[in-house]
Amino acid sequence: MVCNVCGTNPATIHLTEIINAQMMEIHLCEACAEEKGTEFKTHFNVAELLAGLGEVSMTKPSGRKAEVLVCPDCSLSYEEFTKNGRLGCPACYEAFSRYLIPLIRRVQRAAQHLGKKPGRMPVETEARHEMKVLQEKLKKCVQKEAFEEAASVRDQIKIIQEKNKKPKKR
Amino acid sequence: MSQVDKYLEKPAEWLRVSGPLSDVVISSRVRLARNFAGYPFLEKLTSRQQKEIAELMAATVKAVQQFKDSEYIRYNEIAELDRQFLLERHLISREHAAEKGYQSVAVTDDEMISIMVLEEDHLRQQTFQPGFNLREAWRVLNQVDSEIEKQAEYAFTPELGYLTACPTNVGTGLRASCMLHLPGLVLTKQIQKVLQALSKLNLAVRGLYGEGTQATGNFFQFSNQITLGQPEEEIIENLECVIQQVVEHEKNARQFMREEKKLRFEDQIWRALGTLKSARMISSQEATGQLSLIMLGAELGFIGKAVVLQELNTLFLLIQPAHLQKTAGKVLDSTERDAARASLIRERLSKVIM
Ligand SMILES: [Zn+2]
Ligand SMILES: [Zn+2]
Repeated sequence: MVCNVCGTNPATIHLTEIINAQMMEIHLCEACAEEKGTEFKTHFNVAELLAGLGEVSMTKPSGRKAEVLVCPDCSLSYEEFTKNGRLGCPACYEAFSRYLIPLIRRVQRAAQHLGKKPGRMPVETEARHEMKVLQEKLKKCVQKEAFEEAASVRDQIKIIQEKNKKPKKR
Repeated sequence: MSQVDKYLEKPAEWLRVSGPLSDVVISSRVRLARNFAGYPFLEKLTSRQQKEIAELMAATVKAVQQFKDSEYIRYNEIAELDRQFLLERHLISREHAAEKGYQSVAVTDDEMISIMVLEEDHLRQQTFQPGFNLREAWRVLNQVDSEIEKQAEYAFTPELGYLTACPTNVGTGLRASCMLHLPGLVLTKQIQKVLQALSKLNLAVRGLYGEGTQATGNFFQFSNQITLGQPEEEIIENLECVIQQVVEHEKNARQFMREEKKLRFEDQIWRALGTLKSARMISSQEATGQLSLIMLGAELGFIGKAVVLQELNTLFLLIQPAHLQKTAGKVLDSTERDAARASLIRERLSKVIM
């Protein structure tokens, strides 16, 4: 086996990476490994991910070019994002959500956060978060056919919905 | 004297003490990515905003209990070699060390917790634990994060959680990882099989290993791939579950070496010791590979009690280029480093009788 980098020396060192459920092997000679160091990192490549993702490609089915999406807050374009994989600001998530959410769903296999939340949030954000978490929990319970648990989650959702209605009536 | 010199005197706490399953799992690390609300992400930050965030964090960590004894290190105030030194100690990332702006890092004196400021995200907080102990790492870091959050507002939405510059970190912003030493699986040629089986799971594995005598360390880093849609505890449990299985395989491989192929591996390990105890020049690559075999030898009981695992962990650190130069107190070229490395190893292994 020859070295993947220089293509001449025999490879004696092997790097293995498993990223996105794909195993990759890189074979190196000692000189190239030395150069590369023990730290190596395959950068998450958004462009590659998009290539395999027909439904969110920037070209519409008709073949005409899609509109240019630009974040109103930081002026990053979606195209720039697909090139380097980094967003410009928090508002980019909203601005690019049409393409970004399907991408996130694919990479993360989910699109709803269920983990830690800030200790203090605007009341409205807090309520929205609580509701989202419960809805996600309900979905999971139904999938697992844990119907008793599902019923109790559904009750919790109802209580919150009632609570949210009240101030509006006043 | 530079701001980082105080760390040279003793290695990080998590390297010095032993932890759960220390014979296979060297260390556990948890990292959190966070960004402040009201600022763009790194690439769109102006120089003034960068400075603002760096100074904001300098003030913020002062009020965090865990950072009572700590340093706030600004990169533009330290030498290039010092950055390299922090990198070798795993306190900062390669990318962070290479940046040219207002990057800085807050480090606790025991080096268990560090916060990189202006990495890919505004904050990259991380904590280490010795051995296999992701839960404790998460418990500690969660507290630190909550303390910081009391003083500043993070970019967060109810749907996507903590917003990060790269969508692969969005949600929890959590990356949990363990460094495993798997010489048994590599030397018995089972590592590919084990990794192949793991490739179907949502985790990332990075490893560097060699063939035959050119072993290169046999270290593998396992980490979670998914950051969204699961609570932090669940992400950690899933990773723990996989690592436990790998540890089991490694222990079986070691038992096989000890019971079925003793002579063959004993030979390999003693030869490695011979090399290390007599070399006058040694590359970082070769030293890492041979020291990995010595670690294995100590584990298998082939080379007596003269070698202590935690001392070897420390030695792995001390033979890195920046550490050799800081220890020598001067710049060393590559040949001089190879000589200094060989001499340090001989000194540290002098108690081991061939
Ligand atoms: Zn090569
Ligand atoms: Zn933006």
